[in-house]
Amino acid sequence: MPRVLRRAALGLAIAAALAFPFVMGAEGDAYYVSFASRILVYALAATSLNLILGYGGMISFGHAAFVGTGAYVSSILLAEGIASAWIGWPAAIAASALAALAIGAVSLRTRGAYFIMITLAFAQMMYFLVNSMKAYGGDEGLTLPARARVGLGIDLDDAQTFYYVALAALAAALVGLHRLSHSRFGRVIQAIRENEVRAEAIGFPVYRYKLVCFVIAGAAAGLAGALLASHGKYVNPSVLHWTQSGTLMVMAILGGVGCLWGGALGALALLGLEDLIANHRIAWVAALLPNYQQHASLGVGLTLLAVVLFAPQGIAGLLARRGSRVHDRGSR
Amino acid sequence: MNKTTVFCAAALAFAALPAAPARAADKVTIGFISTLSGPSAALGIDIRDAFVLAVKMNGGKLGGLPADVIIGDDQFKPEVGRQLAEKNVKLDKVDVLTGFVFSNIMLASAPIAFENKVVYVSPNAAPSPLAGRQCNPWFFAASWPNDAYHEAAGQYATTRGYKAVYMLAPNYQAGKDSLAGFKRFYKGKVVGEVYTQLGQLDYSAELAQVRAAKPQAVYIFLPGGMGINFIKQFVAAGLSRDIQLITPGFSSDQDIIRAVGEPMLGIHDAAHWALDLDNAANRKFVAAFEKEYGRLPTVYASQGYDTALLIDAAVRDVKGRVEDREALRRALKAAKFDSVRGAFRFNRNQYPIQNYYLRVVAKDAQGRLVNRTAGTIFKDRGDAYVDECPMK
Amino acid sequence: MSGILILEQTLNGLQFGLMLFLLAAGLTLVFGIMDMINLAHGSLYMLGAFLAATFVSLTGSFALGVLIAVPATAALGMLLEVSLLRRLYARDHLSQVLATFALILVLNEAVRIVWGTDLPLAAPAALSGPVEIFPGMLYSSYRLVIIAVGAAAAGLLYFGVAKTRVGMRVRAGASNREMALAMGADIPRLFTIVFGIAAGLCAVAGALLGPILAVQVGMGENILIVAFVVIVIGGIGSVRGALVGSLIVGMVDTIGRAFLPIAFGAFLPPQLASAAGPAAASVLVYLLMAVILYVRPQGLFPARG
Repeated sequence: MPRVLRRAALGLAIAAALAFPFVMGAEGDAYYVSFASRILVYALAATSLNLILGYGGMISFGHAAFVGTGAYVSSILLAEGIASAWIGWPAAIAASALAALAIGAVSLRTRGAYFIMITLAFAQMMYFLVNSMKAYGGDEGLTLPARARVGLGIDLDDAQTFYYVALAALAAALVGLHRLSHSRFGRVIQAIRENEVRAEAIGFPVYRYKLVCFVIAGAAAGLAGALLASHGKYVNPSVLHWTQSGTLMVMAILGGVGCLWGGALGALALLGLEDLIANHRIAWVAALLPNYQQHASLGVGLTLLAVVLFAPQGIAGLLARRGSRVHDRGSR
Repeated sequence: MNKTTVFCAAALAFAALPAAPARAADKVTIGFISTLSGPSAALGIDIRDAFVLAVKMNGGKLGGLPADVIIGDDQFKPEVGRQLAEKNVKLDKVDVLTGFVFSNIMLASAPIAFENKVVYVSPNAAPSPLAGRQCNPWFFAASWPNDAYHEAAGQYATTRGYKAVYMLAPNYQAGKDSLAGFKRFYKGKVVGEVYTQLGQLDYSAELAQVRAAKPQAVYIFLPGGMGINFIKQFVAAGLSRDIQLITPGFSSDQDIIRAVGEPMLGIHDAAHWALDLDNAANRKFVAAFEKEYGRLPTVYASQGYDTALLIDAAVRDVKGRVEDREALRRALKAAKFDSVRGAFRFNRNQYPIQNYYLRVVAKDAQGRLVNRTAGTIFKDRGDAYVDECPMK
Repeated sequence: MSGILILEQTLNGLQFGLMLFLLAAGLTLVFGIMDMINLAHGSLYMLGAFLAATFVSLTGSFALGVLIAVPATAALGMLLEVSLLRRLYARDHLSQVLATFALILVLNEAVRIVWGTDLPLAAPAALSGPVEIFPGMLYSSYRLVIIAVGAAAAGLLYFGVAKTRVGMRVRAGASNREMALAMGADIPRLFTIVFGIAAGLCAVAGALLGPILAVQVGMGENILIVAFVVIVIGGIGSVRGALVGSLIVGMVDTIGRAFLPIAFGAFLPPQLASAAGPAAASVLVYLLMAVILYVRPQGLFPARG
């Protein structure tokens, strides 16, 4: 895509994102601003996954554990009366980073399919642990009295304000990802993704690089979790379930894994599509398939299947355009 | 940056089209969210069917206004219930929210209504925190306080002289309330107090423990599919030969009877309502329900029906001006309607004060398995938490 | 702690373990031979249960219904393999994970459209009561049948894999696919057969567990993860490993669920003890997997030399 057009599209997207709450304006559509905020938070989570998946080539199926850790840590603090976001959110980030360090330290010693399964298993372990915490709702979840307090005249309970805070967080993450991928660290990570053996032979401490990458992604996921908890004022163990990790992966893939905007576009595509199908009845489709609105995930599943099967360049191809090849086949 | 970007920008534009329909002040919009799928769907379906029947019998109206009932399925998941509640309250702008079966889903979802000054009328879940310290002017329980059936069952176990009882309930607020309620009135020895996982279906481990503990009776609070599986497995393990099973009313109701069958004969349970309660409203309800749906109603159905009647009376009392939320609230609290359970009135915490009856599973005149009233356990009982409620 | 209690819990663990084995065996074969991560394995289990429920209600006989459902599910599995899944063998693991995850979504919705969200399935009336194993020890006759069927399936599978020609090719494919190909094994047909067997085993488990649990959409998702844990512990590609792994996991989980709440109950209030027990049991299982992956990454009985 020619550079000028790319710049223009980027500018348009930024303008649209900034103007969105004003376009929605009147009270009737606070629902949509709230919905858009949710998309932004998921975009942040998917972007953090994109770092390790797309750039690092690590297929982690347990990313929901880090989002969930951030969500629960910030929620527990809020429930215990510590309302300040300046304490709650950094605590969430730190906790998720720690969890990523612990899980990554063990998991990254494995390769290929084993890595996928061990990350999946760790996430499930955390899910069961959180589920058993009766003091903080357990299976019923935890309802929060209010969103985190930021002070400085920023009231998160206002839908528009929250939207801009979420937008700022996403923007920071995207800028960070862009800088990281062009830095020396980022280049080494991508080299490791292309050919780990070669990178090791050159002399890079591969394990350490991957672990740092994993922790950074975990930290960002923790922030997403904290925002998610504040947004809905509710958290329950399902946010850690492995199917949530799958959803994040779907977002990353649909959006374009390895591409800077992959996570954001994927979140927008998936959540937007689901809302479109469920809440906006299209007459002619309903005439053909009467109950189609209740089966939105069928469409999502088929789309994903098609992308994986019939656009084999789809995943590898997007990466190929960056001059690399996915090379995970048969690594044990 | 590629085709995906363009597609997504288009999707964003598309999704941004305001689609909220114009709000008409000349109808009453009800948000009805319940568990309509999964092993415990029978409960939500019964409440929904009865609610919808009541509206239909009223000519599609509630309190004289055409009623728009938006039905949603929470799939037994709190996060889904909450999302639907948000949609109902913020997008559909419902006047009344109702429907939840399970306390955990209700506790996760109803607060959205409270915060936005929308009344929630509960056709089932009525947990103890909302009866006491956290009582809320926007919450109305049209059913019975969560503890009530269990208190009545505990009283019955004491009266009957069971010396050792083993108790099981799922590990959530209602489960905790249930066993606390039972213990409040049961004066014998509790030889086991076990909390199973919500949604658990295989009770082999727990049944082995029951056998080892050798109780005289087992008291269970296991709604929906959980109860069906437990009772079947209890009988399959041979435990029903020596141990009496006592349950709260809904755990031995028509839905369970349909699933389990003859092994249910002889089970004793406690409830605020039975098919054979003798009042005009109940006779009309049972006949109409059986005619419309070809099955006998459960307590859940009776509660759903009463909820609709309650809302109907309240809307009529405010003469259709449902936008005046405070007036609607006061009208609901006055509760001037003919309930299928007989006399109905709210306590000051907006939980009901009513009678509780002993029922036994037996065959009716047509040879069908039903619950027949066998006595009154409590008269005009409220709940144990009202004193902690600051509401007047 | 009475002997009867221990015996009963042991039987429970055995029952769970054997059913887990039916799922894990298929999963390990598919993973070991075709090198494919199949997240949709749990969906085959779900399909088996739904088909069983349908045929049982159609024929009025539990045994007949199950006997029809098993080959029906195997056939559907083979159809799925031939039309869709075989394109994934050559792809990388990420693609396989995503495609089969998508398949879970599609199959869940498809089942919901065709059958609704759940179906009733009851054990045969003759088996709805207990059996007196010895004086004073009653156990559900249906569960005993499950144990018997599971053991028989294990035996049949062992016989099939160890003593038949097909089984020999399966073992060859598991231990060294390239060499097996070079030796002239008809790989595509072998793969289809293996997938069909895996699907059939899932159907048996789904049909048998249906009356105890519930036949509902999404029933495969939770048990799938446990099956993966089992094959990692047992060793990918090894049926023997799947058996040992399933029994270990089945026993640990059941004993944990049964006795940990009691242990916790000594110093925690009942509600917390009841919650901590099952959580600790699950964590124990995953911890076991993590330790094995760390210490002996190929599992207990690796198929590859």
